[in-house]
Amino acid sequence: MEGLNIPLNHILLVSSLLFSIGMLGLMIRRNIIFILMSLEVMLNAAALAFVAAGAHWGQPDGQIIFMLILSIAAAEVAVGLGLVLQVQRRFKTLDMDSANRMRG
Amino acid sequence: MLEITLFYIAATIALAATVLAMTRANAIHALIYLIVSLLAVAVIFFLIGAPFAAALEIVIYAGAIMVLFVFVIMMLNLGEEGDARERGLLQPSIWAGPALLSFLLFAELLYMISTVEGPVSMQAVSAKEVGLALFGPYVLAVEIASMLLLAGLVGSYHLGRRYLEREE
Repeated sequence: MEGLNIPLNHILLVSSLLFSIGMLGLMIRRNIIFILMSLEVMLNAAALAFVAAGAHWGQPDGQIIFMLILSIAAAEVAVGLGLVLQVQRRFKTLDMDSANRMRG
Repeated sequence: MLEITLFYIAATIALAATVLAMTRANAIHALIYLIVSLLAVAVIFFLIGAPFAAALEIVIYAGAIMVLFVFVIMMLNLGEEGDARERGLLQPSIWAGPALLSFLLFAELLYMISTVEGPVSMQAVSAKEVGLALFGPYVLAVEIASMLLLAGLVGSYHLGRRYLEREE
């Protein structure tokens, strides 16, 4: 793996495009499963930026932050999918607009 | 030169698969596209000299987290009427505004990263270096991650357990 010359700003461009697509998905979808998928895409884009920056300076720090993002994504998805099951049981739909009232 | 070509192919696949995943009506189809996107990002990780991150991306993201999604979608047993509803919600009048706002933010990001220069990775950062740094200066971060995962475990058990009990 020597002599690679991928420009850093091209990787950051891909990362920010992925983040924008994820944010767009988060805003246009109402299905809670798609909202969770969009969050995964956004976390993944941020992780790509971290790893690219770590590779730019040849340091392992970027990959360590990537692993932390990975554990955040895993914890978030576990709790989020538990909430999906609750929403489906309570409202008989996955549309988040039906769950916009806070009540105990 | 070959690596750069590979990078552009992988980046194109990642972007196309993500766009397709965000616009599918069927959740399983979207999930398959999302897995393709994650695999393409893993290829990018490998090309920029982070083989350990590439392996983790495949094993944990495309393996474990996506399997969780598959299980939940299969438990929910969504039918054809759900697909029809989703298609009705994907009209341009609904997504035009958010698309414009996302594009503006992306343009700002584009302006900011246009000042960044220089290539990445004259050499790969090996798994050994990552491990040494992880249990050296970053050991507190490992502890915090373990507490976060414990909280996620307890929270998802609590939510899922009540779901199973009330069903009976």
